[in-house]
Formats: sequence, structure tokens, C-alpha cells
Amino acid sequence: MTGGGAFGLQSFRVLTGAMLITWLVLPLIPLGLWSFAKGWFYPDLLPKAWSLRAWEYAFSDTSGVLDSLWLTIGVAALTTVLSVLIGVPAGRALGLYRFRGKAAVELLILAPTIVPGIAVALGLHSVFISLGLTNTVQGVVLVHLIPTLPYMILVMSGVFANYDTAFEAQARSLGASPLQTFWHVTLPAIRPGLIVGSLFAFLVSWSQYILTLLIGGGRVETLPLLLFSFATSGRNDITGAIGMIYILPGLIILILTARHLSGRSGAISGVGRL
Amino acid sequence: MTHVAIQNLRKTYPGSDDPALDGLSLEIPSGELTALLGPSGCGKTTAMKIIAGLLAPTSGNVLFDGQGVLDTRPEHRGVVMVFQNNLLFPYMSVAENVGFGLKMRKLDPALIRTQVEEMLALVKLPGMGQRKPSELSGGQQQRVALARALIVEPDVLLLDEPLSNLDAHLRYEMRDLIQSLQKRMKITTIFVTHDQEEAVVLADRVALILDGRLKQYDKAEAFFNRPVDEATARFFGGQNFVEGCSDGGAFDSALGRLALPPGARKGAGKLTFRPENVEVGFKDEGLGNRLSAVVLEVNYLGTQTRLRLDVNGHQIQALANPAHVASLGPGDQIVIRIPESALWVL
Repeated sequence: MTGGGAFGLQSFRVLTGAMLITWLVLPLIPLGLWSFAKGWFYPDLLPKAWSLRAWEYAFSDTSGVLDSLWLTIGVAALTTVLSVLIGVPAGRALGLYRFRGKAAVELLILAPTIVPGIAVALGLHSVFISLGLTNTVQGVVLVHLIPTLPYMILVMSGVFANYDTAFEAQARSLGASPLQTFWHVTLPAIRPGLIVGSLFAFLVSWSQYILTLLIGGGRVETLPLLLFSFATSGRNDITGAIGMIYILPGLIILILTARHLSGRSGAISGVGRL
Repeated sequence: MTHVAIQNLRKTYPGSDDPALDGLSLEIPSGELTALLGPSGCGKTTAMKIIAGLLAPTSGNVLFDGQGVLDTRPEHRGVVMVFQNNLLFPYMSVAENVGFGLKMRKLDPALIRTQVEEMLALVKLPGMGQRKPSELSGGQQQRVALARALIVEPDVLLLDEPLSNLDAHLRYEMRDLIQSLQKRMKITTIFVTHDQEEAVVLADRVALILDGRLKQYDKAEAFFNRPVDEATARFFGGQNFVEGCSDGGAFDSALGRLALPPGARKGAGKLTFRPENVEVGFKDEGLGNRLSAVVLEVNYLGTQTRLRLDVNGHQIQALANPAHVASLGPGDQIVIRIPESALWVL
């Protein structure tokens, strides 16, 4: 019977693998093909002629793709850093301490993941106008914090829920300053969770469209905005090339940090609480 | 060599009405090994954390050699606390753990390496430096924690239940190690424990804390022979308490008239004597303080036999050599003797 059970598990694995490939990888194939196609018309199964024109254009100065790529990386990186700076102390407070109104605070932090982003963004738009933050990179970074912070804070509160502050007391007693204690004791303990949270924050910022469009007012043209404008103008080959560039950082980050996402890392076990 | 003084220390945790510490005062002579003994939750770990600077008292003062240290941050106090569960940093090797304090003081790495080697040899773990803490046994982990504390040569060493997680044979090994290192390095050492045996085997002097207050501060044997009150005596396993009246030379009570040692308290009070000092199956018939008793219950405990006895309607407990009382059973009439020197009036 155990053989049958193993076989059932095996076929389940094959099935889930196949579904993942169907949903995640297959849609990318036409995109990749388009970027190398010189025209691709129905009912051809494959493009009749190939060309590197779209890629040449994408990497040329006139297309603005590279500028946009650096801008998107900059915005996502800055958003991630700010998420860490806010999310670590906030997650620590939520994970370690009990205080009045904690449940309400947790709900408020979760709210951006429940409330449609556009509803929040429309309200924020007028606030940002009065603050002079619209059409600026700073404004876009700030508004990106709305969807990234819930992930960061909830991951970190999970980490700190399983964290023993006595290690910090021990380090202080052995002669470590507060800064040394954080660097040598706290940081190594929370590092896996911190990496996962930062990864979420980076990718969530990376894929923002509506918030960037609304607050950036089209002046802050990140890759998704550029991608969308090429897609709507019918340039499928260039859309394909930009699309490939757009998914690349996500893939790289995912591969580099896959072992932290495996779920075996104890530090993110608290995420199960969500 | 640092003299530690605790003055009227009070600590009430936020959200609690009962103080964890209620005016604790204590003087710990320099270079001594002192136990803070008390049941769980009596405030002894709180006192320790305040001395270490990891917790601020509600009121009171802590002085090292006459200097107040409450404003000194923990890393500058010259105090190291070793926590009960070792708290070895799991992602560091044993050597990195032991060298942690020196690294924080930014010492030369080569110097740290030699000092770590020496310290590991001192706690009998030579060559274990490259292991991870998780690869060590509980006793070895405890010794690493001790080495990590001693390497920074603290003025005051604080140990939280240093023997409690160890098996019986490791306890004595660890006790000998702590005592020999403490005497050699002459570090004023305070440890907390809820286990009176741990306090007795390890400490020069024992401070008993009950309900956040100091009950008695004395050498270990005083708690057995000269307890200050019934609670103290009971904490150390005292079970016999008889109400009555002392005239200085003898004590009249339900047990009869028993001769007291010289210098005993006068007036109404409680007579106490330890179960192990009740003589059962003695030889010499000429001695005083003899009582006739009825055996109610016999419990064989291995190295001793516990007897529950009835003397004139009053129950007392005795611990006897199993060989002397092997033939006894419930209902037997026997003669017992309580030597003068074993009696103490509360």
C-alpha cells in the first residue's frame, strides 16, 4: 500500500508541476517569440521571419527602456529599504509586545491588501497634490510603501513572534553596545525573514502600475508603464522584448533567494499566522 | 574584587500591583560566592537583572564598591550575567561564542584566539572551538556559557540557576568547576536558584528571599540549625514545629519537657528540630530528651527511611538510617531521642 501512496504523491507532484508550467511559463513563450519575430500572423504557428529589431530598439537610447529599467530598479530598491526601516521595528513591536489596540493596528496594516489599491490611491492623490508629491519619484516611492509595508510588517512580526530577546540581553551583558547587539545578534537571527520580506517588498513595488500611474502622473515612467504604452500601441515585438526585460529581475531574485522561500527556514514559520 | 551592595531595591512591573521585589537589601562581600535562594517568582531573577543593568528598579540603589551603578549601561558595568538556558548564539561556533565579549571590545583577533583557547581548556573543552553549540551536550553548553562570561574578566558574575539543567553527576562536576574558577579569579559571584540543595552545595553564603524580601542571609548550615522563622525552616525541609514555652533551659510543649542548648530563646514560641536529627534505634540509655512514640507510617526512601511518629498526640517526622529501623512497622512502640543540640526555638 505504501507503494500506492508514494505513487499518488508522485503523480500529484507531476500534476502540480504541469499546472505551474502551464500557468506561469507557457504565457511567456509567445512573449519571448514575439520579441524575435519579424511579423507573426494568424494562422501561423511560429513567426515566418526572425529579427533582432525589437531588442535593438529596446536597448537603444531613443526607446527609454534602459532609463526606465534603472528608474524601476531605483524605485523598488528605495521602497524596499524604507519598508525594512519601517517594517523591522513595527514587526518587532507587533511580534513581541502586547498592547492596547494591537488587533486594530494589525487590521489597519493588513487593510491595503484587502482594500482595492485604486480606491486608496484616488484619495491619496489629492493629499499628494497638496503636498506637492505628485509627478515625483519621491511621491511614487511613498505610495509604493502602501502595498509593500503589509508584507514586510507581517513577515517581520512572524519572525519576532518566534524571537527570544534574552539573546540581546545576553549580548549587552557581555559588553556589546546596542548597535553591536543589533548587528551581531539580532540581524543574524532575523536575516532569513528579512530577506523574504525584502523580496516581497521589491517585487510588489516592481509590479505596481496603477499607483505609479496615478501619483507619478505619467512623468515617472517605470517599466510597467512603458510596457503598457507599447502594448496598447500594438507593437507586440517591442512589448515582448520589454516584457522579457521586465520579468528578468524577478527571476534573478527568485533564484538567488529560493532557499529562503523554501518554507524550511524557521524564521518565516510565523508567516503561517497570516 | 568588588563589593556589591543592594539597597532597598523595589520593582513593580507595569500592569501589576504586587511588587516583584519589595525593598530588598543585601551586602555581598567582595570575592564571595553568594546564592539568592527563593521559590519561583520570588523576585530573585528580577534582582539579578537589575544588578546586571538589564532592568531598571522602581526604586532603590545598587552599589559596586560604594559607587552607584544604576546610571551605568550594562555593557560598561563590569557585570556579566549567565542565563539559565545558556543562550549560546546558535549561528556562531563555540569559539566565536566564547570570544564574543572580547570581539565587542575590539581586541586583536589573534589575541582573542589565544584567550579563547586558554578559556576552553580551563572549562575542560579544549579543541571544541569549531563546533556549533547545537553539537554539544547540555553540560558542555553550560560550560561554554561560563567560559564566555569569564573571558571578559567581569568584576561581578551573575549566574541564573547554573546547575538546574544538569544531571546529578554533572551537577557536582559543574559545581567544582564554578567554585575553583571563582576562587582562582576572585570574582564576586551571585547566583539565583530555587533549589536549596543547589544553594547549599555551591554557595559560601545563602540569601533566602521569600515574597520579594530577604528572610535570612547566612552560611548554609545556619538555615538548617538556626532558621529565623517557620517559613525559612520549611523551605529547607524542616517539618517539625511544636508550640510551647521556653524558660531558657527547657521547652514545655505537647511533647513534654525537653532540655534546650545554652543560649536558647525564652518565652512562648515554636520548637523545631530537623527530621534527620531525631534519633531512632540509639544505643546509650543514659542520655536525656527521650520520648516514647508510636510509629504511624514507615517510608523507605533508599538512603533513608522516613518515619511518621505520634508523640503524646502530636505528629513528628523523623529520618533514620534504614538499617536501624528495618524491623519497624505501623503501631510499634519505640523510644526516640532528640539531642539538645538539635533543638531550636523560633
